[in-house]
Amino acid sequence: MDVVKTPQQAAVTVEPPPGEPVPAIELVKIAKTFSSRRGIVTAVDAIDLVIGEGEFFSLLGPSGCGKTTTLRMIGGFEEPTEGQILLYGDDVVGVPPNHRDVNMVFQSYALFPHMSVFENVAFGLRRKAVSKAETKARVGDMLDLVQLDGKSDRRPRELSGGQQQRVALARALVNRPRALLLDEPLAALDLKLRQAMQLELKRIQREVGITFVFVTHDQNEALTMSDRLVVMNAGRIEQLGSPREVYEHPRTRFVAGFIGTSNLITGRVRAMDGSTALLEAAADECLVVPEAASAGAGVGRDLDVTVRPEKIVISEDRPGSGRCAIRGRVAEVVYLGTSTQYAVATAGGTELSVFVQNASDADDIAGRGADVWLSWRPDHSLALVTTQPAPAESRSDLSGGNQ
Amino acid sequence: MSRSRLGARLTPYLLVLPGWLWLVVFFVVPTFVMLSVSTQTGDIVSGFQQTFHWRTYVDGWNQYHTQFIRSIVYGLITTLLCLVIAYPVAYWIAFRGGAHKSSLLFLILLPFFVSFVIRTQSWNFILSDNGMLLSALKNWGLVSQDFHILATAPAVIGGLTYNFLPFMVLPIYVGLERLDPALLEAAADLYGSKTATFRKVVLPLSMPGVFAGVLLTFVPAAADYVNAAILGGARTTMIGNVIQTEYFTNLDYPKASALSFILMAALLLGVFAYARVLGTEDVLDVAAR
Repeated sequence: MDVVKTPQQAAVTVEPPPGEPVPAIELVKIAKTFSSRRGIVTAVDAIDLVIGEGEFFSLLGPSGCGKTTTLRMIGGFEEPTEGQILLYGDDVVGVPPNHRDVNMVFQSYALFPHMSVFENVAFGLRRKAVSKAETKARVGDMLDLVQLDGKSDRRPRELSGGQQQRVALARALVNRPRALLLDEPLAALDLKLRQAMQLELKRIQREVGITFVFVTHDQNEALTMSDRLVVMNAGRIEQLGSPREVYEHPRTRFVAGFIGTSNLITGRVRAMDGSTALLEAAADECLVVPEAASAGAGVGRDLDVTVRPEKIVISEDRPGSGRCAIRGRVAEVVYLGTSTQYAVATAGGTELSVFVQNASDADDIAGRGADVWLSWRPDHSLALVTTQPAPAESRSDLSGGNQ
Repeated sequence: MSRSRLGARLTPYLLVLPGWLWLVVFFVVPTFVMLSVSTQTGDIVSGFQQTFHWRTYVDGWNQYHTQFIRSIVYGLITTLLCLVIAYPVAYWIAFRGGAHKSSLLFLILLPFFVSFVIRTQSWNFILSDNGMLLSALKNWGLVSQDFHILATAPAVIGGLTYNFLPFMVLPIYVGLERLDPALLEAAADLYGSKTATFRKVVLPLSMPGVFAGVLLTFVPAAADYVNAAILGGARTTMIGNVIQTEYFTNLDYPKASALSFILMAALLLGVFAYARVLGTEDVLDVAAR
């Protein structure tokens, strides 16, 4: 890649430990604060992150959580207030976007309206003075890859939203960047097209083998596409892991609430057996939470527990021992086609969601107002770490937003 | 057909009716009257008769082609100067104006709150041979005693440029202001330097604004007579001044009308040729986006 290296880029080189590959992108304690009329707003609060080569990595979080700011700092559109951004070991802080070997797919696509599809895609290669013949070949290959061959003379406004999205993707990928940054690229598409593009993006990423850093607020999108993802909230990382880890084992209350539909049960710990916590419940009920000690559970203290709605079984009779079991009354039944969603109010006053698959042998389990038992395997009770309250000076700042 | 449906169909036409009436009464009718007058012969005392005397056009051109050409040249130079001055101003307000954009635009428009003639007359005071500028310079010996600014081509063109500058700034500003900032980021992301981003993205996308600004400046500047009358002299007379003299002083209505028609035809042809060359279809497409 023959991008001009600036002195800053060459100056700081962190030697990788021998034998380990250099990560594609490494964020070292990067922070970003903005000053606004309401004072200083902290958008990103000292994040550490390592993204491997060839990974499909997602930054997931609600709007204003700092994910877009983080991405824009990697791209060079915002400079971090503190910290380092290493691209294959080189600190790129202070290097302008046109000298950074990463490319961005913008949320609005930002296609040049006065240029044809071909000219849009060739823009980066022409700036890098790639020869005419090579430009033509590479643009052609890229348009094939995104299935837009034959559309190269069109103007962006003559294309559908999905096609424009592909042009934006081709325009960035044709430069063979060391990482591709995608800022909610599917947000403007309708559901059907979005789902198709998710698979398409995944295919393209596998084919080109380039590191993708993908920003989204859509948890399904992040779960579907990512190799790994971080869930961000209020400028910080809540959890890092594979989609399965994050979904099956949410670590914090925020992650449990943000990813999927989650049930939250808060109870006082009655006893501890090793690392397993026993929560207070009625005499014939049972609420066991394994591996609660690491989440900070202690006798006499409150503990937040989550259970995924599809893990819960509804029955009329009390299920056998060895399962977590609590009583409840059905408050609402919603038929969803492949499944039915029940809202069940427990004696403790919380409302739990339960998904039951509408299998061929399933009868209607319970109607509204029926008294039922809810049960699940103890290992599906997940103890949640209560997020540390933010320090006083930055807590009020989080409403500021940064998108 | 029911009454209400008929009403609904007629509504759009009724809404444009006042506009059409206005155009017919104050533009179409006078244009035909002027065309008719331009081929009449006679004088103000014995009256004008329609004789289809097209010869007036040829005579008018032969007599005043110098002033015609001068008007076009002054108009072109004025337009070019306005463009060169206005583009950076509009760019600066659009991209660097921040929270003060509206105030800065207001400053551009502020001169309009004073009458066009008064403003031009003020320049006459400032620039006259014994006015505040030249008398000071002459006292300090910086210019010779017979140096003058008024009655020269630069004075007239300067006045035109000053007076028509806002007509260039505003459309260019509007064009630049609605440019999606993400396009600039995309150009930078795709290895575009600041210069390349300007040349390949900002400039082409601001062309509709430039196109509008050029029309709004060139047409009235070429037809102007106030600047030449107040700041100019015998050798800077523009066709507007000639028409005014023919009409109000010589009372030669046919000639004044014929000259007006020649001017109108020349400007229309120029505008169409310009639109052709720039490919308005494309320009207007981008503008309509």
